[in-house]
Amino acid sequence: MTALAKLFRATAFRLALAILAVSSVGAGVVLAIIAWQVVAVVDEEIARTIDAEAKGLTDAFNHDGLVGLYSSIEARKRQPGASLYLLTDPAGESLAGNVEQIPLEVLERQGFIVVNYRTNGPGDRVRQALVRIYKLPPGFLLLVGHDLGDRARIEGVMVRALAVSLVFFAALAALGALFVARNVLKRIDDINTSAQGVMAGDLTGRLPVSGSGDELDRLAESLNAMLKRIGVLMQGLREVSDNIAHDLRTPLTRLRNHAEAALAYGDDPAAYRAALEKTIEESDALIKIFNALLLIARAEAGGGIDGQTAFDLAEAARAVADLYEPIAEEEGVDLAVDIDAPLTVRGNRELIGQTIANLVDNALKYGAMSGRHPGDPKPSIVVSARRVGDAVELVVADRGPGVPPEDRKRVLDRFVRLEGSRSRPGSGLGLSLAAAVARMHGGRVELADNAPGLRVRVILPAEHAPPALPAPVSGSVHEPVAG
Amino acid sequence: MRILIIEDDRDAAAYLTKAFKEAGHVVDVAHDGVTGYDMALEGGYEVAIVDRMLPKMDGLTLIGALRGQKNETPILILSALGQVDDRVKGLRAGGDDYLAKPYAFSELLARVETLARRRPAGAPEETVYRVGDLTLDRLSHKVTRRGEEIVLQPREFRLLEYLMQNAGKVVTRTMLLEHVWDYHFDPQTNVIDVHVSRLRAKIDRDFDAPLLTTVRGAGYMIRDGAR
Ligand SMILES: Nc1ncnc2c1ncn2[C@@H]1O[C@H](COP(=O)(O)OP(=O)(O)OP(=O)(O)O)[C@@H](O)[C@H]1O
Ligand SMILES: [Mg+2]
Repeated sequence: MTALAKLFRATAFRLALAILAVSSVGAGVVLAIIAWQVVAVVDEEIARTIDAEAKGLTDAFNHDGLVGLYSSIEARKRQPGASLYLLTDPAGESLAGNVEQIPLEVLERQGFIVVNYRTNGPGDRVRQALVRIYKLPPGFLLLVGHDLGDRARIEGVMVRALAVSLVFFAALAALGALFVARNVLKRIDDINTSAQGVMAGDLTGRLPVSGSGDELDRLAESLNAMLKRIGVLMQGLREVSDNIAHDLRTPLTRLRNHAEAALAYGDDPAAYRAALEKTIEESDALIKIFNALLLIARAEAGGGIDGQTAFDLAEAARAVADLYEPIAEEEGVDLAVDIDAPLTVRGNRELIGQTIANLVDNALKYGAMSGRHPGDPKPSIVVSARRVGDAVELVVADRGPGVPPEDRKRVLDRFVRLEGSRSRPGSGLGLSLAAAVARMHGGRVELADNAPGLRVRVILPAEHAPPALPAPVSGSVHEPVAG
Repeated sequence: MRILIIEDDRDAAAYLTKAFKEAGHVVDVAHDGVTGYDMALEGGYEVAIVDRMLPKMDGLTLIGALRGQKNETPILILSALGQVDDRVKGLRAGGDDYLAKPYAFSELLARVETLARRRPAGAPEETVYRVGDLTLDRLSHKVTRRGEEIVLQPREFRLLEYLMQNAGKVVTRTMLLEHVWDYHFDPQTNVIDVHVSRLRAKIDRDFDAPLLTTVRGAGYMIRDGAR
């Protein structure tokens, strides 16, 4: 848990750094733009002031000549917050003003320029000013300028603002990280703890939901719904295995009884042998049940099957019908196959053959036992198959008592045998196996009324490719070889 | 007949050894895949019985390796779970027959004995089978007994053909189902029995010397002078 806590703290720290970096860059850019704009406005203001002053001074020069100009400069330079003035004669000698030193070449330049200068008053230091040079006849130069101290002050203000906002953002980032750590990460941590409880085997455990309805809540709710579904499935599985255990008890008890009988008949070899034969028979039946259960379980797990080939369903069905034909005849049942043309399906011929065999076996066992119906010369079973759109439909229909509508789903379940069938041999797995095989192939089994009788439809997806050379799943190895 | 059993379960191997010896065969046993492979390569076995799950080298790999070395010893694969895919995989790997555990020894014995008969490879196929006064012509599909023609359904013909091909050997019901109907599932026992008794009615009923016999607890056998 401490490692996890460390990770959370690391996450929060990284988050804080990210917030800080992003917001300071943002603030820096914004402040820089504002500073640049403000400086431009200030410069413009200063330039206007300089132009206005120069106009006043040239007016004085035009009216009263050099004397007027001189006295104007002298008067103005004494005012507080004064501008800069410098008047030079054609020889370049300073005649009036308050500028001590200024690079001479400046005087040759046109327009507004930024220069360094020294005032000739107290507090003697280099300062910056915006100046402009005006030419007065016959050769005097008048420099008017304004100190740029204001501009520097604004820049200072901006830098301070940046510093202050950085501090502010750092605090904000820390708060954000704290919030995330407290709320989001803490909740993820809680969810994690609960999930570990579930993993440890407590399937009734649920993830905490804060009630805020945010993404985390939605995630937790989805996961909780999933847990609930898993719980239901587990419950179902438990019931199925309970049922299996229950249903296996009967044959196992019989097996045990036969073995016990064998012991009891110890001195009569014939009876001993018979009891042992019964025991073997019973265990063979159990093995068959297990194999069927395994196959059904596999179908339920949803895995497909290997060993799929394209084969002719008509041939497979005919082989089964042929297998059962003598028995049907012995029982006085008409077993007819009504399939024309090859019907190519893709799948496992073995399993589908077994399915057909199960259905024919049922039809013989249950469909024929009730004997004749008025109008029916003979109990009959029809195995038919045809293509219906994208599917191949195989039907085994009899004219016996049928299965009542309310039981038609139920009999597909494991071990379900209807009232009145229990006297006949069987374990109630024939139809479940048929349904499982159909499902493995992406199809299904449906029971319907054959009026009278039962009509079992096995619906399988048809092979799409044109029937090439339908090959049986196996058996090639057993081709008769002369010896 | 010399049989090689490659099986890691020592109890099962011991049981099989004893049972095959009682049936009159000579048995060698290997308990892992590598030893089994070496023994099989040395040759001289008419049949090998190979468990699918073996230490050191699993059954299918072993069979593939043997076939890669052009060793054609007939092989019967034993597998723990009788699943359909397993049988297909086993036969594809080069096995000749397949039996799922648990099995009846009579079934294994019958299969092993017919497997050995598959040799020698390359020998010309017989076209006429004869058992006593019964003959079956594989080309003209004609069956006669003591010169009298017997009319058989196609399925009955194949049943008889397979029985006569293995004349003198026990053929089990599942073997018949495999060869005549090309299905490997466990049939309701009497399904095959009814077919056989129909065939018997045609070939044996009107003659005093029955050829087709039932072997209790195992299957059927056709042979001259049965009973
Ligand atoms: N053709 C039918 N007519 C009437 N009832 C049927 C028919 N087929 C099946 N049923 C009913 O459905 C039940 C389930 O059939 P299913 O084939 O699954 O088991 P079973 O035949 O009893 O045993 P098993 O097939 O394992 O030997 C049967 O017990 C019977 O009650
Ligand atoms: Mg059934």
